[in-house]
Amino acid sequence: MRRIITATVQDRGGVLNRITGMLHKRQFNIESISVGASEIEGISKMTFVVEISDRQKLEQLTKQLNKQIDVLKVSDITDKAMVARELALIKVVGSGHTRSEIQGIITPFRASVIDVSKDSMTIQVTGRPDKVDALIALLRPYGIKELTKTGVTAFLRGQQPEQVTELNSMSN
Amino acid sequence: MKVDASREVEVKGKLVTGADLLIKTLIDAEVDTVFGYPGGAVLPIYDALYRNETPFEHVLSRHEQGSIHAAEGYARVTGKPGVVIATSGPGATNLITGITDAMMDSIPLVIFTGQVAKSVIGTDAFQEADVMGITTPITKYNYQVNDIADLPRIVKEAFHIASTGRPGPVVVDIPKNISANITLDDYEDDFHLPGYQPTIKPNPLQIIKLADALSRAKRPLLLVGAGTLFADASEELKQFAEEYQLPVTTTLLGLGSFPGSNELSLGMAGMHGTYAANMGVYECDLLINIGARFDDRLTGNLEHFAPNAKVAHIDIDPAEIGKNIETHIPVVADAKKALVALLNAKIEMQGHQDWMDKLRKNKKDYPLWYERSNTLLSPQWLIEQVYKVSKGEAIVTTDVGQHQMWAAQFYTFDKPNNWVTSGGLGTMGFGFPAAVGAQLGRPDDLVISIVGDAGFQMTLQELSVVKHRNLPVKVIIVNNEALGMVRQWQESFYEERYSESLLSENPDFVKLAESYGIRGVRVDKEEDAVRVLEEIMAYDGPVVADFRVVRETSVYPMIAPGKGIHEMVGVKK
Repeated sequence: MRRIITATVQDRGGVLNRITGMLHKRQFNIESISVGASEIEGISKMTFVVEISDRQKLEQLTKQLNKQIDVLKVSDITDKAMVARELALIKVVGSGHTRSEIQGIITPFRASVIDVSKDSMTIQVTGRPDKVDALIALLRPYGIKELTKTGVTAFLRGQQPEQVTELNSMSN
Repeated sequence: MKVDASREVEVKGKLVTGADLLIKTLIDAEVDTVFGYPGGAVLPIYDALYRNETPFEHVLSRHEQGSIHAAEGYARVTGKPGVVIATSGPGATNLITGITDAMMDSIPLVIFTGQVAKSVIGTDAFQEADVMGITTPITKYNYQVNDIADLPRIVKEAFHIASTGRPGPVVVDIPKNISANITLDDYEDDFHLPGYQPTIKPNPLQIIKLADALSRAKRPLLLVGAGTLFADASEELKQFAEEYQLPVTTTLLGLGSFPGSNELSLGMAGMHGTYAANMGVYECDLLINIGARFDDRLTGNLEHFAPNAKVAHIDIDPAEIGKNIETHIPVVADAKKALVALLNAKIEMQGHQDWMDKLRKNKKDYPLWYERSNTLLSPQWLIEQVYKVSKGEAIVTTDVGQHQMWAAQFYTFDKPNNWVTSGGLGTMGFGFPAAVGAQLGRPDDLVISIVGDAGFQMTLQELSVVKHRNLPVKVIIVNNEALGMVRQWQESFYEERYSESLLSENPDFVKLAESYGIRGVRVDKEEDAVRVLEEIMAYDGPVVADFRVVRETSVYPMIAPGKGIHEMVGVKK
């Protein structure tokens, strides 16, 4: 199963190394990690997307993260109402009439063209990972020259409804 | 980098070096012994040791590995954190085995490594090693000091982290410019670690659940690990076991937490545990683990581990609960606090006389056994004599392997903190330097280092330290001219292909000891053994005793790898 886990950590030197090292040592399969500043100075927020085999392993993961001295809080937000977004930059082969075709494809995704050269264009898309993946799949036939993704960053919605399973479509 | 010592007089109490500050913080931490080895990047620290009057002693080892195992031995028998200083680069990398060993066995250590000056970090400077990168996976926490003003706080934090919660090693990497530079004498060392708040007190609801399970149990068993030793909970454990007549088995590292000669003791469980202990684990209906981590050498094949039992697990480290064994009643707490809570809970037991009778019968019918030899010594017999001659009161240190298992089986520990062995990491070369540290930590106690002929050769350079300080450590070499446990596995599982495990070119250990100015003795006949043991125990000084034992002896009983805890071989002669 795929889980989204967030961690609030002290922004100290080596903290990312300590956490990724632990995940590697204990054989957790990480799909993505994103790290950045939080609303509090000196505190960073990490978001992990992990592929995990069972509940017992999941419990181990959160416990091992919590055990780290710089980790303040760990939450598995997969089953909560949350917003999860990632950003992708996609450089697609495109000149002449394919340009407008690509424009047509990206419009419903609310993606934008942020760079154009003689024979390529670079598209920026943000959204839930499934949306980003869908756009990538649509653009692939045109020839993707370069692709980079930030990994998912996520947190809880301001309000938690009683039933939340419908809201999240991280599993695909 | 030059420190003008004469200047100290005129600016006394005002300006000091970072190294002086370090020494003040060690004094604040009430350190009494420091194990170390100098080198380029720690020259300012060693200069400060020279210039300052310190209430602690610096013990010079002959290899950094000697320093760190000595610190482990010291910590294990005193309960205080072991302190180590080593230089950058090779000094620091020579500590790695010991740091890992301490991490695996939860030994509190504070390790100071020198580092090249900040200006050249990252340039592959002379004797530079990425100590932070290397030690991250093998420490509870590590620091590099980047600002001299942080040094006192970091040292205080390091001692706090190393010695509280689940203990472990903490590394403080100090660049040379930090230890050499001048700073003001007054400092702030208040710290706040919001992400580190170990749970000490048990949740009362979990104690009620555990008490309830105990009241229903027909076949209860306590499994006790080193967590009880770190929590200083032996007295409470004894009260609890005796109050409710609960049988007790311990892990390798838990030996001594409960008196081995107590009627309720089943001895050690696991790969080379007793029949009574292992069958107790297999057949119990309530297993209460106190401060053990369900290591694979204990459990054997997980499928057959306590298959019919409800499992309760008391541990200060929540990550250990449910890691290997599904746990029905988790109790995150300090072992002492949990045992006090359990003692205060009034539990009405059902009565489990049948169970106790069965265990007692197993204990009587399947005791540990061995064959006497009429050529060289039988190693198990030797350990029994060591036990008898030292009246079971010695601090015993070992390496890893056959001699370790025989010591665990045949030296009965009735008191806590007298057993110093490398459990999790299984480190050859651990036992002898650990004995050096243990003797320094407890100078009035008899310290016996039981080692193999192979392991002893890994760190025997520490004989210099023993000689220099006239530490009366008794080294008992269980000499079978082999890597005994490797040989045993090759016999059992590799059709007697003794690949690189037989040592025919051993040194003359007697002459070797004598060359260090230490008394050496060799024994190869049973009739001499007891007399020699009595002599060396009475002798006020170090001894290296080379006891020649039968090479072909194997450790039994044994649970073969992959087998269940009930599938022991060699339970009877």
